[in-house]
Amino acid sequence: MVIVVGWLVRKTINVAPWVEQRPMEVASGDGALSLLPVQVGLGVFLAVATSLFALLISAYHMRMMEADWATLALPRVLWLNTALLILASVAMQWTRGAARWGPMDNVRKGLIAAGVFTFAFLAGQLWAWQQLNATGHFELSNPAYAFFILLTTLHGIHLLGGLLVWARTTARAMRGVELAKVRLSVELCTLYWHYLLLVWAVLFAVLLHTHR
Amino acid sequence: MVLAIALVLLVVGSVLFHYLSPWYFTPIASNWGHIDDTVTLTFWVTGFVFVVVNLFMAWCVMRYRHGKVKAAHYEPENKKLEGWLIGLTTMGVAAMLAPGLVAWAKFLDVPKDAAVFEVVGRQWYFNYRFPGADGVLGTVDARFITDTNPFGINPDDPKGKDDILIASPELHLPMGKPVKAELRSIDVLHDFTVPQFRAKMNMVPGLVTYVWYTPTRAGTYDVFCEQLCGIAHYAMRGKVIVEEESAFNAWLGSYPTFAQTLAQVAGDAAAGEPLYAVCGACHGAQAEGNPALNAPKLSGQGDWYLKRQLLHFKSGARGTHEKDVFGKMMAPMAATLADDTAINNVVAYIKTLPDKPAPATVKGNAKNGHDSFENCGACHGADGRGIQAMNAPRLKGMSDWYLITQLNNFKHGIRGAHKKDIYGPQMASMAAMLTDDRVTADLVAYINTIQ
Amino acid sequence: MTYVAHDESAFVPPFEVEEPELYHPKTFIGKYIWSQDAKVIAVQYSITAIAVGLVALVLSGIMRLQLGFPHVFSFITPSTYLQYVTMHGMIMVIYLLTALFLGGFGNYLIPLMVGARDMVFPYVNMVSYWVYLFAVLLLMASFFVPGGPTGAGWTLYPPQAILDGTPGASWGIILMLVSLAFFIIGFTMGGLNYVVTVLQARTRGMTMMRLPLTIWGIFMATILALLAFPALFVSAIMMTLDQALGTSFFMPALVSKGQQLAYNGGSPILFQHLFWFFGHPEVYIVALPAFGIVSDLISVNARKNIFGYRMMVWAILAIGGLSFMVWAHHMYVSGMNPYFGFFFATTTLIIAVPTALKVYNWVLTLWRGDIHLTVPMLFAIGFIFTFINGGLTGLFLGNVPVDIPLSGTMFVVAHFHMVMAVSPILVVFGAIYHWYPKVTGRMLNDTMGKFHFWVTFLGTYAIYYPMHYLGFLGVPRRYYAMGNTVFIPESAQTLNEAITIAALIVGAVQVVFIYNLFWSYFNGKPSGPNPWRATTLEWQTPETPPKHGNFGPTLPAVYRWAYDYSVPGATEDFIPQNQPPGKWAKGLEDKPDASELGPLDSTSGIPKPLTGHS
Repeated sequence: MVIVVGWLVRKTINVAPWVEQRPMEVASGDGALSLLPVQVGLGVFLAVATSLFALLISAYHMRMMEADWATLALPRVLWLNTALLILASVAMQWTRGAARWGPMDNVRKGLIAAGVFTFAFLAGQLWAWQQLNATGHFELSNPAYAFFILLTTLHGIHLLGGLLVWARTTARAMRGVELAKVRLSVELCTLYWHYLLLVWAVLFAVLLHTHR
Repeated sequence: MVLAIALVLLVVGSVLFHYLSPWYFTPIASNWGHIDDTVTLTFWVTGFVFVVVNLFMAWCVMRYRHGKVKAAHYEPENKKLEGWLIGLTTMGVAAMLAPGLVAWAKFLDVPKDAAVFEVVGRQWYFNYRFPGADGVLGTVDARFITDTNPFGINPDDPKGKDDILIASPELHLPMGKPVKAELRSIDVLHDFTVPQFRAKMNMVPGLVTYVWYTPTRAGTYDVFCEQLCGIAHYAMRGKVIVEEESAFNAWLGSYPTFAQTLAQVAGDAAAGEPLYAVCGACHGAQAEGNPALNAPKLSGQGDWYLKRQLLHFKSGARGTHEKDVFGKMMAPMAATLADDTAINNVVAYIKTLPDKPAPATVKGNAKNGHDSFENCGACHGADGRGIQAMNAPRLKGMSDWYLITQLNNFKHGIRGAHKKDIYGPQMASMAAMLTDDRVTADLVAYINTIQ
Repeated sequence: MTYVAHDESAFVPPFEVEEPELYHPKTFIGKYIWSQDAKVIAVQYSITAIAVGLVALVLSGIMRLQLGFPHVFSFITPSTYLQYVTMHGMIMVIYLLTALFLGGFGNYLIPLMVGARDMVFPYVNMVSYWVYLFAVLLLMASFFVPGGPTGAGWTLYPPQAILDGTPGASWGIILMLVSLAFFIIGFTMGGLNYVVTVLQARTRGMTMMRLPLTIWGIFMATILALLAFPALFVSAIMMTLDQALGTSFFMPALVSKGQQLAYNGGSPILFQHLFWFFGHPEVYIVALPAFGIVSDLISVNARKNIFGYRMMVWAILAIGGLSFMVWAHHMYVSGMNPYFGFFFATTTLIIAVPTALKVYNWVLTLWRGDIHLTVPMLFAIGFIFTFINGGLTGLFLGNVPVDIPLSGTMFVVAHFHMVMAVSPILVVFGAIYHWYPKVTGRMLNDTMGKFHFWVTFLGTYAIYYPMHYLGFLGVPRRYYAMGNTVFIPESAQTLNEAITIAALIVGAVQVVFIYNLFWSYFNGKPSGPNPWRATTLEWQTPETPPKHGNFGPTLPAVYRWAYDYSVPGATEDFIPQNQPPGKWAKGLEDKPDASELGPLDSTSGIPKPLTGHS
């Protein structure tokens, strides 16, 4: 919010709006950001998602203060999952380069690699649930467990949403469209994957910090 | 023009209303004069702004209306004017905020010598606990709550044994002494509000909150719950009686300690059997009830409830209203039970009698009654089985004609209005929702259908 | 995931933004049902919101009947009363006001006022409406499930919201929470559109500081909503889990009706923090669009630029920023750490400064103006009066010790109805009278409009002003009946009766308004393109009502701010935003009209003449 207001103040200070000007005379940069609407749209959506996860983390901290908090032994597989998500992000980044310079074949490879790693990550998360379940932590009345499920689920749903766009992009890439036709989608996906990696890193850090 | 006049009239009317209307703060009965002072100050500041800005607007509307002026003045902004206005507003705000924060600091600073007591909020009544001889309240937890330990006091904590339990929504406080109320809820959010004390605070399950005051004026004051707590929120009431310390001590002494409440012995059914002979004459040998004699069914009713009603009849809390024809007949009967032991015994005997559902006699539309029963079920249980923790007796399978009589009695203040009947007013508030006899009949018809 | 992938990768500078490809529907259904035209979506949003608002209005009438004449109506029982209270509050705040201001006015006005063809993501915009409609239907469905809708109060505080003893604690609350979650998802789709359209789709020359305040208000409110709604979303999900799966996010160990429940350790205060982190910005989500719209209504009808436009913009920014720092002033007596009170009382009273500045500037716009008392202007001035009252009582409740005796009483009810119910609704009415001609091409009937204004304005004041004093007296809110008390005088009941009668009259008169909407659609005076002689772009469209695409073959170029009224030396007392420089002065009237100008020549900045267009 501070950033938003700060940016808007910068845009609005030192302007005397009642002075008429031709459009050409208007200082450039006051107008739109030098981005496409979808890029800005994704940015705004990421702000919304950030608000969501930040609130969840603060709720988590507040709930932790209560007396009944029982720490949770985090399944080891989460480390593997983290590595998988990093790989997915790296693959996306690599695809982004390929989408810029070609060839198309690399884009396809990169997309598929990123998708495989992402699905592997999601499967790993399910496995982590399974492990918790097996160690007898499957008690929703334990808030640490409930929070773990809630946080991983919401993060997973965001990834699934990303995978929808990924699927569309991959399908198009497979059909063999021009490189330029998938470039933007790949760029947006890359940003989104990096963002979700960051979110996961923060979530995982919070979980680790409070469980050991 | 009309608009300008209307605005002026509204401003004048609002100010007059403020001074002339009979509705304002009740006279304060605690040390929180600071709060009232801050309110008064806020009224002056905001009132000034209200009058000046609105009158200025009314004047503008009149002075600059179309036709009276040739054209509007062109002036994009006036930094100086805006700067002044911001400055003045900031000063006004600061003038209200500063004393407010000072008052709040006082609010948080509980005097060291404040006597501690506890308010327990539960759906839908207040109970109180005083620390007893050791001056310390015993530890509590919702997990300890049972029908015999309704306060949830830790049975292993020696500090809790001498705590005095006030299982009544009526609280007495000594005058002129600072008291700190520790507030606790065992189910949902509640609030402990005494309008004349000004100070209030929510009661939160899982937390102990507090509020303090020094009662300064003797009298009887209402306690309200001011945090929505469910269907009977509006019926969650209590009373505070501020009195001299001697009277307060006498009142406090009349309540049992936690240890005493635990020590109560169960009644002896065998000893109760001969005592029941008197009752059986009207209520029937099996306590099945007898409509011809206006005697309701007793078997199957909660023993705690029968006990309470017998005590009420004995003490005059029930059966003394002039219109309570049948209650007046019961009162002398209850008087034949000499003491609490006798009452315990006879109730224990009634408990051994077989519980067969009373025959249905009331005709009504059970389907309509189902909707109203939503409100009854909140306390009496969705199946009408009665819940001791809610002070709600059993309804299903009991004499339906008797339910009708009692609902009408509650509604018309024949029952539940007596000063000593501490649970009655709540039922009276609830019964008031039954707007006519048909609604009551429908409701009871529904109760008859509950299996 | 709500973005639509485009395949253009090269960056296009804003001055040469290509015209978006609009989806051109052929069939009636494509045009009016599954429409992607922001204007149609706006009307869909508005009609749905007003319809559901009428339901809530009826509910409030029933509540007032109970308060004015207790124990007369057999269908109003304590539990149904609480259900009506809850549904009334939630519908009015979220499903009517938020949806109408942002989904309704936002959709209609943003593209038209910033000079865009449509929202930037029309398809997402359409989905947004249908998700909203689904949320509304879910909410309405709760009237028909066993146990009925939830009666937990619109704040839905746990534990009681999901415990037996509160009406609708099984089905009703779940439907409410799920409906809210859908509302938020739908809103986020719409909100992305509004923000990105304002940022990216402004026409040439429409700088941020030339935006009409209406757009500023809607823009800022949307940002607030996008950042605040996640808090409600999170708490709705967590409460749903508490209710359905037995988690203990908000549920401490407790005993309900004598039964120990399995919950343990949860924090009801945590819910309140989350709820009010959303709930307070929500006040401004409703208020900021109202502030913006009323600024424009006043400026147009006073024939004077809005006084201190820059300060108005900064005030909107300041209010938006501060609104995230004041939430706990709803929780002074909640049992939270009481030391928070110092901080939140201070921030709350600070927010009064920019708000007061806005009020001053509205009044200063009237000062030395040329005031036309049209129906929208009547509503605008009615708004200022009501808002001053409601804002000032906010200073009572914001200041922590003053709040202590007043919280939980009818004073609170009176305050927030004054400030965030009546005030915004007066603006809604004013705005509908103002923009109805653009939407339909016909004026609303003036006589009915004036009648509607006077009854609504005076009536609502008669309802809520005395209600504050019931609060001082100590009458609690959300009470089904007062019953016997030691100190509340009989006269308080008389006052309640009077308030009820006023409320019923005001409620009934809204029928006149609805009738006017229908009647004028067929019989209203044709309005022409610019009946109020206003400067902003929506009044300069080639057709009225504007066609899909809004602005004919070329988008208008903007040369000035939105408030060039009564400029000295001008022939008219208003200069449209797309009027080129110099053209408005005397002796220059023979130049071609602005709407006939072609696209600007990219090197000289001089408009190219258009051919083949009238």
